[in-house]
Formats: sequence, structure tokens, C-alpha cells
Amino acid sequence: MTKTPLQFRLNGAEKAVFTEGGQNLLDVLRREVGDFAPKYGCGQGACGVCTVLVDGEPRLSCLTLAETVQGQAVETTSGLADGPELHVLQTAFMEHFAAQCGFCTPGMLMAAKALLDTNPTPSRDDVVEAISGNICRCTGYEPIIDAILDAAHNRRRSA
Amino acid sequence: MLEFRKEIFADERDDNLNEIGQPTQRQDMLGHVTGRTRFFDDHAFEGLLHLKVVRSPHHHARIRGIDTSAAERIAGVRRIIRAADVPHNLNTLLSLIGFGRDDEPALAEDTVRYVGEPIVAIVADSEATAYEAVNAVRVDYEVLPHVLDVEEALAPGAPQVNPAYPGNAFEYHDLYNHQKLRFGDVEKGFAQADYVLDERYQMSPIEHAPTETNGSIAAPETNDRFVVHTSTQALFFSLGTSAKLLDLPSNRLHFIGGTVGGGFGGKVDTLTEPLSILGAMLTGAPVRYVLNREEEMQAGPPRGAERWYVKDGVMNDGRIVARQLRGYFDAGAYTRLSSYAVHKCTAHIPGPYTIPNVSSDVFCVFTHRTPATAMRGFGVTGVDFALECQMDKLARAIGMDAIEFRILNAYRDGDMKAHRREAKNCALIECCQVAAEKANWPIRDEFKQMSSMTGGGGERAIMPVNAPARYDAPQPAAAQPPLQPAVAPSAPPPQPAPAAQPAPPPAQPAPPPQPAQTDQKRTYRFSSVVGTRRR
Ligand code: FES
Ligand code: FES
Repeated sequence: MTKTPLQFRLNGAEKAVFTEGGQNLLDVLRREVGDFAPKYGCGQGACGVCTVLVDGEPRLSCLTLAETVQGQAVETTSGLADGPELHVLQTAFMEHFAAQCGFCTPGMLMAAKALLDTNPTPSRDDVVEAISGNICRCTGYEPIIDAILDAAHNRRRSA
Repeated sequence: MLEFRKEIFADERDDNLNEIGQPTQRQDMLGHVTGRTRFFDDHAFEGLLHLKVVRSPHHHARIRGIDTSAAERIAGVRRIIRAADVPHNLNTLLSLIGFGRDDEPALAEDTVRYVGEPIVAIVADSEATAYEAVNAVRVDYEVLPHVLDVEEALAPGAPQVNPAYPGNAFEYHDLYNHQKLRFGDVEKGFAQADYVLDERYQMSPIEHAPTETNGSIAAPETNDRFVVHTSTQALFFSLGTSAKLLDLPSNRLHFIGGTVGGGFGGKVDTLTEPLSILGAMLTGAPVRYVLNREEEMQAGPPRGAERWYVKDGVMNDGRIVARQLRGYFDAGAYTRLSSYAVHKCTAHIPGPYTIPNVSSDVFCVFTHRTPATAMRGFGVTGVDFALECQMDKLARAIGMDAIEFRILNAYRDGDMKAHRREAKNCALIECCQVAAEKANWPIRDEFKQMSSMTGGGGERAIMPVNAPARYDAPQPAAAQPPLQPAVAPSAPPPQPAPAAQPAPPPAQPAPPPQPAQTDQKRTYRFSSVVGTRRR
């Protein structure tokens, strides 16, 4: 099969890989680059555990053709912390018991980051809307929603 | 935040605990929020191969032939695995504890018994190639009649599901086709009852739908072993089952698990590891076998369906005097854990209530449905749904408040349960009281005053004589020696008429209220430090 060279930035670092025609971004991140933070849950856009940011926009990486991110900036949960400093969302998730098995967490954090980056004062409804494509089978969502609202609040306070 | 009601059973608990009652952080939380937690699929292997299986599209069919020639010709297909390649192709999950007959192959031999049953496995360079090859396999089926309903499966002439159990019911001790419980005489109870309610309940199968699907990666390791990263919730079931099916000493298998992307019981069965390991054995390469979402929903085991017939006799004052149950657990095509679920269920009957006459028959039935497995309280959830619906209906029928009705009939310390075990550490009354309080549900003062710790025992602890002979239970010639001394060998205790009180009394008036128990008098056989409450 023909391979296409692909260059993009992942969490600020330059990456160059070869992709196969039809290969999705999730597969490239996990199998070619070795970033295991985005997960596979359905491969069909139904669960959101593969959510990453592409140029700041939340995307389902299982439905994103890898070659379409040529030259773009991809963010995953692996790059969320600033060195040893956790992101305000990560701290809030820890404090609010917003993860149990943790499988939805990397996708949930990316959906939440996309929200806070564009809307620093989200309402509860805004939060619900922002994570409406992300399934969590463990927590019942309330702790996650509380965590995201609290993170927004804390970020405003420290800004 | 959690609220701890320390005033309840306050004098029975040591409150010098460091962890219990204190919020504490999960030890895996930092890994979760940083994306560093490694689930089974988060491991890189050079030269990783992918395994996918051909699944049955039929509920029940004989396999006349399998043609894999087209699949073999596809570039990138490394190995095709058939039933004959599995060294010991028959197992049952609980065989490791000697419970049940081996009844399930890793790959179907000559018959498929449910939609989604694996028949042939393909190992290929990529998932896409493995799927392409799966689609190229031709299986010649002779479709056979199937049965999808538990009661139809037990009817004469029903299609036989599983050759290990010709009657379509699991056989306990190789002898009994159901679990039986007898206590007192339900017929007598029904004759005495003011009101009798006979109802039917049913629960559909429920899929756990974990966000992470079932899967595993097996790879040749040093020392002639195989390392296996797996999503399993039951590492030693998976290890033992794989060793048995593959005829390997278990010390050649190095299982790594413990990080589960949601299980809820749906990752207890050994679904993928034996084929991953076999793939690695046959190709010498790391092999990954992960269910896709459709497979997880269709072929992944659900909580099994249940059907219940519940007949209760109740007095106008609220006492339940007889409860009769007939239940059917739908195991699907293979036993897995359903036989155990029936056991657990029978141990739970008749619910947390003191009832002098109880009878139950529970069957573990084979049908041509997806094999069922564990799920959060399995064995108890379905029957509790039936019983608690029934409790509401009974309360309504006699014009009693639903919570007061439960408090009245709840187990109290010292009562005799239908299993001939004394009830201890009861707490249903207190749970009902707190639930009522939280829901602003008015209950009368006398019900607020009741306690699990008083009013039990006495006549509520009398062991009835053996079940009358008309039950088909094998009867010992003579009455069994009473398990407790000084049991009146009489019929179930007549329930005394309510005393001159406006509200219905407890099912049995409390044996003279125990003179204020003092701490010196109460024997602490356990303390909360070792996890149990008292006595
Ligand atoms: S894996 Fe992408 S949405 Fe489920
Ligand atoms: S924490 Fe398990 S799916 Fe969300």
C-alpha cells in the first residue's frame, strides 16, 4: 500500500510519520507515534473517548483522516500538564472524583479544554453541551460537570 | 459529599478508624488525568499482528463445512486458526472450582449455538486485512430450530441447546435441574392469608457497554513464556481458562491486568486471551485481539434475562404469611456464571423479610442466546426487582404505606431466615427510616421508633417442621435433627392477632422487650474493626 508522509505538531513537538491511505488519526497517534492517551471505544463517532484538539477544535480522532492534519497542531491529554504542573482541569477532576475507570477521562479533558479555551465563563448547560459527545459509563457525569465548572472558576480567579 | 449517619448503631462501632469515613484519593487518579494510565491496549509491540474472528450469523446451526481458501490468499494473512488447532477445545468458566461440566469451546466445532459465536480466527498484519479475510471465509450452515425463551426451552420437544445438559437446564450436583428452597408450608399460608397476589415479572438482558471493549494482547516473552496484557476483571479465571484450553502449564503465562476500562461484570468471562495466546504461539509474534463495539454489544456477554412468578399471601394487618417463587435464569447457550447466579439468588430469597412460609424453585436454563455473565449484583437484581414491585403492590392492596409495610416485615436480629440461618446485623428498618426521612415521606412515629435490634427472635425464630411430603424434595426418612435445640416441632407459628393498638404491630410482637441492654451485657464477638457489627 502506498504510504504518505505526514507532518504535524503534537503537544508542541514536531512529528513526522508515514500513513496509509484511509488511516485515521487515532491509529496514527496510538500506533505510529505512541501517544496512548486518546482511546478507542467505538471507532464510529459514538463515544468520544478518542477526542483530541486539532488547531484548538475538538475532533473525534477515530473519524479524522490522518492526512487531514498535515501541518496542524494536535493536542492530547498527554500534553495537558505544564511539566510537573497539572492543568487546572486535571486538578479539578482529581478533587471532584471525576474519574473512576479513567477510560473516558483523556477525551473528556480535551472536550472540556476546548470549552474553557473559548468560553471562560460557561454555564452548567454549556458544560453539558460541551461533553454531550463523550460517554462515561462510570461516574454518572455529575462529578465531571462539577469539576469542569470548578476549573473554570479557579482559572478566572488565578487569571 | 458523603454523609455518615453515625448515630445509627452508634454504640456498636469503634469510631477510631483512620480510613473508613474519611475521603481518600484514588491511587490511580493521577494516571487517569494525565493520560498515563496504561490499559491493556496501551502497549507498543514491534510487529504486532491483529486477530479477528468469523462469527455465527445464526442462533443455531450445524456447520457442514468451512472454506478458508479465499482468505488464505489475501496478502497479509499470517495464520488461520480453526477449532482443531485449539489443544483442549472445551471448558466451563467455573471448572476451576469444580462447578459444572465443560460445555463451551473456544472456537465452535460442528455446531453454533448463538449469534456471534466464534468459529474461525484470522491473524493478519493489520485489522483491515483481518476483517477482509474474515469476510472471505465461507461457512456452509445447516440452520437448525432454535429456542430463545426459558420456559419454551424447558418444554418437552424443545430444541436441545447444549449437549452437556440435555434437558436445557443446568444440573446441580449432577442430579437436580433447579435450586429448591422450602421453609414451612406455603399452601397453609395462602389458606390463612387475607389476600393473595400472584404476578409475573421479567427482566431483559442488559449489556454493560464499558467504554473500553474486551480485549488482550499476547506476546512471546523471555523464558519461553507469553506475556498477556488483558482487560479482564478476573485475572486468574483468564489465566486458568487459557492454560486449560491451550494445555499449557500456567507458569508459562504471564498475565498483566488490573487496569480495566469499565467492567461492571462484563469482563469476567475469558473472551479473548486464549485466542490471542494461541495466535502468538502459532505465529511467534505479538497478537492483539480486541472486540469492536458491535462485537462487544452482540457477542459480549450481558446480564442474563430472568423471568419470575411470585405468589404472596398477606394479612390485612400487613404481615406476609407465605411467599412462593418460581424463577428462570436465561444462561444463553453456555453456563459461564449463570449456575452460580441461581445459587446466589436462592440464598437471597425471600428478600430481606421474615416470612414463616417460603418456597422457591429456580432454574438455570439454556437457550440459543448470547451467554450471560456477571453484572453488578447478578443473581439478586432481577429477583429483587420482582420482589420489591410485589411489595408495593401488596401494600397498596391492603391499604398500607409501602415503607411501613417493609419495616413491618423486615428481618430483625434473631429472626430465622428461610435458609435456617439466624438473621444478624440487620439494618433494613434503619435504611427504610433514613430513606423516608430523606424523601420527606411521612411514616408514623411507631415505625420511626422501630429497630432492627429489637423485636426479633422469639416466635420469629421458630424453625418450621420439614416440608410436607407433597413437595418432591428428597426427604430423609426421619425428621432431620433440629439445627437448634428446643424448637417446637409444630407448624409455622400462628401469628397472634394484633394487640389493641391502632397500627399493625410487628409481624410478631416483640418478645418481651429486652430489658435495656447494657454494654456489659452485650457480647461483642466482632467489632467494626474486623468489619461486622455485633454478636
Ligand atoms: S472511538 Fe472515536 S468516538 Fe468512539
Ligand atoms: S470513568 Fe469509566 S467511563 Fe468515565
